[in-house]
Amino acid sequence: MEPGLDFAVVWDNLTYFLIGRFPHGPLGGLALTLYLASVSCLLSFVGGLALGLLSVCKNAAICWATLVLVNLLRGVPLLMVVFWTYFLLPALLGQTVAEAHTVIIALTLFTSAYMCGIVRAGIEGVPRGQREAALSTGLGRWQVMAFVVLPQGLRNMVPSLVNQFVSLIKDTSLAFIVGVSELTHVATQVNNRTMVFPTEIFLFVALVYFVVCWLFTSLSRRLERRLDRGKSLG
Amino acid sequence: MIEFHDVHKWFGKLHVLAGVNLRVEPGQVVVVCGPSGSGKSTLIRTVNQLERIDQGRLVVDGQDLASPGLDLNRLRAEVGFVFQQFNLYPHLTALENITLAPIKVRRAPKVQARQEALDLLERVGLADKAGRYPAQLSGGQQQRVAIARALAMRPKIMLFDEPTSALDPEMIGEVLAVMGDLASSGMTMMVVTHEMGFARHLSHRVVFIDQGQILEDAPPEEFFANPRHPRTQQFLRQVLSPLH
Ligand SMILES: Nc1ncnc2c1ncn2[C@@H]1O[C@H](COP(=O)(O)OP(=O)(O)OP(=O)(O)O)[C@@H](O)[C@H]1O
Ligand SMILES: [Mg+2]
Repeated sequence: MEPGLDFAVVWDNLTYFLIGRFPHGPLGGLALTLYLASVSCLLSFVGGLALGLLSVCKNAAICWATLVLVNLLRGVPLLMVVFWTYFLLPALLGQTVAEAHTVIIALTLFTSAYMCGIVRAGIEGVPRGQREAALSTGLGRWQVMAFVVLPQGLRNMVPSLVNQFVSLIKDTSLAFIVGVSELTHVATQVNNRTMVFPTEIFLFVALVYFVVCWLFTSLSRRLERRLDRGKSLG
Repeated sequence: MIEFHDVHKWFGKLHVLAGVNLRVEPGQVVVVCGPSGSGKSTLIRTVNQLERIDQGRLVVDGQDLASPGLDLNRLRAEVGFVFQQFNLYPHLTALENITLAPIKVRRAPKVQARQEALDLLERVGLADKAGRYPAQLSGGQQQRVAIARALAMRPKIMLFDEPTSALDPEMIGEVLAVMGDLASSGMTMMVVTHEMGFARHLSHRVVFIDQGQILEDAPPEEFFANPRHPRTQQFLRQVLSPLH
């Protein structure tokens, strides 16, 4: 083997890296990674918000149950959660579940648990006077949450949420363990087939993850700036 | 309009309200003053139940606040509250700050709520600031928007907790002017303030509270001319000529 890197292996397999066997077979590669990430991201946003709201609700039992669930999920490696859903879900439902979907559920559970803390902190970070002012005009508790506390809390949560979602994008690579043909899985296949270009292949894959995360982060920066536009003197 | 009957409240061991008896008649403006920590904020916060009372009876607009059928949100809608720190919603414009409660609580049509809000802004002298966010307004302007926000629910009672204490001196006047207009319009008001000018000229009664007890309750002329309780005398000396 000649010294130096030969990225021809990447170019030769580029469509495979990007979309897997699609359209002749199932979607795979980067496209599947993005699919896993965006669906899990949306679901865990909803899930995290729900858990966060439950964890600050007035009913002690609900609040306690939520925190137990959240701490259970946070106390185990994500890989375990992936295995659990992969093996348990079909057994529980009595029918086969697509691997990709078990992974989405695992990622959603895990990320929601982390988001719960972020949402909770975001809500508690809104000054008490805001709640009191809203209550004093006759708004009900849920209205206060929906129109006054959450909009401010969410704005404060954006940086932490972005961190969490960047982790989520990278964590989709764990799907490879249960045979979902996302980017990492596709890369190992190409590597197994060609044998001699592991450095090139995994450098490329790392770069792709980096670019995706970077794009996501800069998009959210722009969102933050838009949210803040016009609301301060500066 | 507001009746306190032997009202008590504790924060842990601290006896913040120690047997308060007070009546505020409709249309009356009552100024509450007293040293720091004496329970002034707690007293007016009980009226719209931002604080609960532990003992005694509190009647607001004919409703006993201990009665089981009490609709708390409805009561609060009828009692406006103005905070020392303004507490405007930073993510909403001045106009939206004012229209939020009418739209969500009173279910007012948006166009009507907007028009009423503009009228209120006009009334507090801020007609041109409707689209500004709180951070783009001065303290005095924010507090006037906060007053407009409270008025938007057409309250029967307005409570003020040191509304000018967080303001630069040159802005105090504009807020007091709005409060003065409100007082002359016949609004029932309880005002915690150390602005003795407001108390002297615009209130019907001045109440002095210390350690959770009302020590003095008199019309302003009498309150300032011959306060009966030694602690009131001492307090007045400090407030009126702080250098001595
Ligand atoms: N939520 C609370 N928990 C415990 N103690 C409290 C609470 N709120 C107020 N206190 C205490 O109760 C006492 C009375 O408080 P309050 O705010 O009514 O006084 P105040 O007369 O308004 O004082 P200030 O002029 O400083 O605003 C103070 O000693 C205060 O520290
Ligand atoms: Mg106070």
